[in-house]
Amino acid sequence: MLAEVAGLHHSFAGVRGAAATVALNDVSATVTEGMITGVVGPDGAGKTTLLRLLAGLLRPTAGRVTVFGHDMAVDAQAAHGAIGYMPQRFGLYEDLSVAENLSLFADLHALAAAVRQERIPRLLQFTGLTPFTTRLAGKLSGGMKQKLGLACALLARPRLLLLDEPSVGVDPASRRELWAMVAAMLAEGRAEGMGVVWATAYLDEAERCGRVVLLHEGRMLAEAPPGDFLAALHGRVFSLAVPAAGRRKAGRLAAADPAVLDVAVESDSLRLVLHPGAAPPDAAALGGTALTPAAPRFEDGFVDRLATAPATAPDEPARPGRAGGTAIEVRDLVRRFGAFTAVDHVGFAVARGEIFGLLGPNGAGKSTIFRMLCGLLRPSAGSARVAGLDLLRAPAAARARIGYMAQRFSLYGELTVAENLSFFARVYGLDRIAQAAAIADALDRFDLGAVRASVAGALPLGVKQRLALAAALLHRPDILFLDEPTSGVDPLARRAFWARIGALAEAGVTVLVTSHFMDEAEYCDRLGIVSAGKLIATDTPAGLRARVRGPDLPAPTLEDAFIRLVAA
Amino acid sequence: MTPALVRLRGLLRKEIFQVLRDPSSLLIAFLLPVVLLAVNGYGISLDARHMGLAVVTELPAEDTREIMQALIASPYLAPVQATSTEAGTQLLTAGKVRGILVLREDFSARLKRPSRWPARAQLLANATDPNTARILEGYVAGALLTWAAGQQEEKRLLPAGSITLEHRYWFNPELRSADFIVPGMVAFVMSMVGTLLTALVVAREWERGTMESMLASPARMGEIIAARLICYYGLGMLGMAISFLMAILLFGVPFRGSFAMLGASASLFLLFALAFGLFISTLARSQFVAAQVAFLTTLLPALMLSGMLFDIASMPGWLQALTYIFPVRYLVSILQTLFLAGTVWPLVLANLAALAVAATVTIGATLAVTRRRLD
Repeated sequence: MLAEVAGLHHSFAGVRGAAATVALNDVSATVTEGMITGVVGPDGAGKTTLLRLLAGLLRPTAGRVTVFGHDMAVDAQAAHGAIGYMPQRFGLYEDLSVAENLSLFADLHALAAAVRQERIPRLLQFTGLTPFTTRLAGKLSGGMKQKLGLACALLARPRLLLLDEPSVGVDPASRRELWAMVAAMLAEGRAEGMGVVWATAYLDEAERCGRVVLLHEGRMLAEAPPGDFLAALHGRVFSLAVPAAGRRKAGRLAAADPAVLDVAVESDSLRLVLHPGAAPPDAAALGGTALTPAAPRFEDGFVDRLATAPATAPDEPARPGRAGGTAIEVRDLVRRFGAFTAVDHVGFAVARGEIFGLLGPNGAGKSTIFRMLCGLLRPSAGSARVAGLDLLRAPAAARARIGYMAQRFSLYGELTVAENLSFFARVYGLDRIAQAAAIADALDRFDLGAVRASVAGALPLGVKQRLALAAALLHRPDILFLDEPTSGVDPLARRAFWARIGALAEAGVTVLVTSHFMDEAEYCDRLGIVSAGKLIATDTPAGLRARVRGPDLPAPTLEDAFIRLVAA
Repeated sequence: MTPALVRLRGLLRKEIFQVLRDPSSLLIAFLLPVVLLAVNGYGISLDARHMGLAVVTELPAEDTREIMQALIASPYLAPVQATSTEAGTQLLTAGKVRGILVLREDFSARLKRPSRWPARAQLLANATDPNTARILEGYVAGALLTWAAGQQEEKRLLPAGSITLEHRYWFNPELRSADFIVPGMVAFVMSMVGTLLTALVVAREWERGTMESMLASPARMGEIIAARLICYYGLGMLGMAISFLMAILLFGVPFRGSFAMLGASASLFLLFALAFGLFISTLARSQFVAAQVAFLTTLLPALMLSGMLFDIASMPGWLQALTYIFPVRYLVSILQTLFLAGTVWPLVLANLAALAVAATVTIGATLAVTRRRLD
């Protein structure tokens, strides 16, 4: 056993008289050599706090952290030589080159010259950074930074490797590479008794861990091998094949079925988790064609532990307009920043009431396309028409038709929920009567009445997200732009969010989403895959998967499709 | 090499690379002294030279002409004739002159024949700035009395028991205020440069998340702080050398003291200022807050309470007591002494000791607040 936490509590003192935030509440777990221990949970679950406690960077409010037998509250220094820690932002010096960063960490661990000469070239080769040794760390791509961070953390051959969300924000291909690298390191360090702690918000990554500590809002939901999470789910997970057009309607029918605990959209099918002991519903009654048993996934285990009923959303009032018309039309859009072409001749069209996703890793150009569509950035060439209006000619008129929800939600943290809504209502120019009606409707429809007087900054992430969506919809826009709307949000909040988005689309609202998150992509009607500024494929999720299906890949996931299409 | 030295070498190399690649540190170390010294050295002048004075002679005579000549001869005064008191007042309110000297029509007559009343000259001074008004009064009175004494000597009428004051101005014989201000200015510049150099550094590491990986590494706190102090000490001393050369070459301030003492006092003060910057930075953890705190806690004391511009001895007692907690006052005192008076050992050593205490306490405080923890 490498490390152990027992009865761990940690709270952060409140700022300016605010109540203390409890980050961890009674967590007990062990980290064993020879495996990856996953610390899994949505944002705000307490993953980073747990890793910092393991690294001896925080002193627990109560409970004990032991690493290699040293009590980290008093004797962290003794353990530091054998801990490799990669913080969330990689902890690299951006003004230093790749080689200089490695040399700094070698110095910090006082490695002998012979050891350096053996290890540094190997790690460079292993991470594929050999050609970039003289490049400044600040000039590396996200995936390369992450590999360099990993190389620095591995340099001293740590017995305990702590990785804080190493895979966040990087493209799926880099994510897979990273997993392979850590697994290889682990196999190599097995003789020395090495162990890895990997924190992640991606629930699908939990399945690759030897053991999982599942956290949610500071509480430990479970600590077990991933297989154990799923034991209770065998025979309860089904896949319901549905026609593409009837997908959302089938989803609502399934959610209303008393046997169903959870409904998740999976491009051309619905994934149903049933209540324990419930009989499978009739496929035809739900508007589907066939109901087949499916293998349970980690996310199902999470939902099973927390959910009581499927997420539903109230109906949205229908937006006026003709179905099938084009709401967003982009032609040959180009944006250059100096010599760098961020967006390279991108073109697509989104029909009214459609959910269209732009999928790509960080830095692919999604945000730049988005900003041009919102009229925040002038295209270098090409045209973008939103709701039939040219954004360059009539930006104000076009913007009045658009609801925009930014990535970090752009709420005013110091204002209360009601004050935030009232502010946005005024910004959108609603008159006094319309303001009052829109705010009352938003509080009711988005279930914010209970927290109306709470300060927005103190709300849980899922509630913030609801508030941000409510604010973006105050002026009843018929086009909705969502920038990475549910990244880091827990699966229940994400389902509830997408249920609302589905209801909006049914009512005729056109939705444009950017994401690097495959789970979000599944909810879209059509996807555009963006890579290095180019739109390399546009299709339905099912269509994208069909493109890469082959003898070697009989049941490709959307992630497989993404990786293949980007590599092609 | 011992592990501690290897770590120190790595940290030092990192700091140097960062300094060389980040223009902001170099700008603070080299450009800030030049700009501050140039602006303040030329801009701040306490010299009262060529003060405008309107002279109203109601009845011109031989005496009044001679008095006018005597006033013109003074390098401190720039007299102009005014036809009447009203005309003089206009010049005064327009800010063209600092005072009006009125010689009444009976001035000459009374001067010539001894009478019950002396000859009266009236001085109307603009006392918005009381200091300048007093200086003007002194120069005008001086010019008049010197002229009167000359007259009496000429006529061999010097009465018994009269005193003549023979004076010399020591340390700054030409009464150049630049000689007084620039050494203090050098201390001021060092204070700003030293604190700003480090105040942003640690905060930047917190903001970029690199501090976290430092803390989780085997590097000791002492090594992290030592590497920073050494690197920025070198940079700060270069800035000091620039300031010193500017003082000597550009402003023509003499340097009469020992270079060893200059180096020792600059070193001790720089260690204090750098450690103070680290202290702020460690507590603030954000570059914005650190910069604000550094400016407030460094700029104001260095400007107001250091003795650079305002004489500490003429402050109220409680304010004088307050100046002792700002080490910049000791440096100002040392530099003014070294530049103008030479190495006055008791004074220099006492101030040096105070600087050593300040540096030790601040480094200790920095070590105490830099725990290996995030909380």
